[in-house]
Amino acid sequence: MEYFLIIISAIFVNNIVLAQFLGICPFLGVSNKLSTATGMSGAVCFVITLATLVTYLVNKFLLVPLHIEFLQTIAFILVIAALVQMVEIVLKKTSPSLYSALGIFLPLITTNCAVLGVALNVVTKQFTFGGEAHFLNLGESLVYALATSLGYGLAMVIFAGIREHLSLSEVPKAFKGVPIALVTVGILAMAFMGFSGMVK
Amino acid sequence: MSSKARLILDGFVKNNPTFVLLLGMCPTLATTTSAVNGLSMGLATLFVLVLSNMAISAIAPVVPDKVHIPVYIVVIATFVTLLQLLMQAYTPAVYETLGLFIPLIVVNCIVLGRAEAFASRNGVIASAADGIGVGLGFTLALTVLGAVREILGSGSIFGWKFISGDGMLAFVMAPGAFICLGYLMVLFNKYLKKE
Amino acid sequence: MVAVLSLTCLLCSAILGGAYALTKDPIDKAAADKTARSIALVVPEFDSVSEEKVATLDDKEYKYYEAVKDGQPVGYAIVSKAGGFGGDIVLMVGLDSAGVVCNTSVLSHSETPGLGAKCTSDEAFMAQWKGFDPSVKILSVKKDGGDVDAITASTITSRAYAKAVETAVEVFKSINGAAVDASTGASVKPMEETENEQ
Repeated sequence: MEYFLIIISAIFVNNIVLAQFLGICPFLGVSNKLSTATGMSGAVCFVITLATLVTYLVNKFLLVPLHIEFLQTIAFILVIAALVQMVEIVLKKTSPSLYSALGIFLPLITTNCAVLGVALNVVTKQFTFGGEAHFLNLGESLVYALATSLGYGLAMVIFAGIREHLSLSEVPKAFKGVPIALVTVGILAMAFMGFSGMVK
Repeated sequence: MSSKARLILDGFVKNNPTFVLLLGMCPTLATTTSAVNGLSMGLATLFVLVLSNMAISAIAPVVPDKVHIPVYIVVIATFVTLLQLLMQAYTPAVYETLGLFIPLIVVNCIVLGRAEAFASRNGVIASAADGIGVGLGFTLALTVLGAVREILGSGSIFGWKFISGDGMLAFVMAPGAFICLGYLMVLFNKYLKKE
Repeated sequence: MVAVLSLTCLLCSAILGGAYALTKDPIDKAAADKTARSIALVVPEFDSVSEEKVATLDDKEYKYYEAVKDGQPVGYAIVSKAGGFGGDIVLMVGLDSAGVVCNTSVLSHSETPGLGAKCTSDEAFMAQWKGFDPSVKILSVKKDGGDVDAITASTITSRAYAKAVETAVEVFKSINGAAVDASTGASVKPMEETENEQ
């Protein structure tokens, strides 16, 4: 039941893009076409889950025992950068088809604040999910990371779908490009606000 | 006008990080629930931007090309952690309000972007000037966006309330952030971006 | 190449280690100051405040501080929390030695800005806690038949706030019950109530 609450909360109620404002740059940058949006979402999903797993372990077994939690930011960003590089190399060797689908997005992911944001959230924030406030354990962290990145994918795919239509419609000159996209995201965020309060 | 002053001015309008370069959208949207919050976030970014620009321009000649990105990230992360420690010690209330978005300055594309595009190819003083210009441009954009959202959403400005009762709450919440930024960009495109 | 990277990491960690050592005391002091300020805000006039103490109620631990004047305890500042709209609302609740709420102060919350977050700024809502006597008034919002005026459009936040104050009152009773047990046996009423509940 708690896992179910985590999933609903992370995908709909606290959607990472529309409610938490993480990962906006790639969200606006690659949502012009549905196909690239799906590719980016897949890559983000993969990296966020993997990065959360590794940073959780690094934090628990390295930073906390040594009492150097203040190095979290610097350690996590290094782990993420190294991880992305490794994923790129492994993917290139083992699965060229997956690499051609996700590969071009991978270098962009290191500086996607959604990855670092989720990793930091998991180890520094207490969550309630209906019960007592507590720090997430490893299983919950992974479910949270996966669900959050699915929420990212959902917002991305919905928005890319809208944007494909938007590109065909005529908008005033000053609105062209990003401004009209932002206003559209605003309306989308308003729709997602309907979920707020569903899961505490 | 001296070249340094020119560099600072460029950061304001021609290279405005928010309205022209569209960088650092996440903190722009997330922390601008009021003018003061926007201003604090802008100044925090300015601090990291100036220091990391200076440090990177100093070490750039000796850093091998292959590892320059990781090295830059480590340098930026160091200044961000330094900022975190200082804020926890001397401005704990502000640190709490801005929360996650202080550590996330590490992945703010503005900082790495300026390191790559400017600091790695210019001297320490010029890089500092560039950092100040871009940082102030960012601060200005965040403060304006924060002020607009505060006026519409809470009926106050810099904490001073000019209507009794509530404003339009949607502007303080997530949708208002996107919509306000969209419209501010429209105004910027129409009146300031001439070239 | 690797040497440059490791050297950078080493240098940066060293700088940060130094910075951490330098800022550790101010950071601890800032946290202690914050606690001291909220204690001073919520309890009656006092000479000194005790160290942090822990009370146990229903298997949960609650931190509290005892305010002392002229050698007599004059009030308690109790940290309690309840789940609001966006997450836990953590309060510092001050009670005088008779069990009347003196004042409350929000330590942390994650309520919606402009709605539930007004529990830290809505004057009418905040003022009603001064002198709130839980033995006369009922600690739940008016909608639920109690005596607490809710913040407009934020019933869930107000409910949680009232719940947290109620928890603090219960904690007070258990502290006071124990204290009375040990000393003269004055103010019997809270002790009886505590016994009934346990």
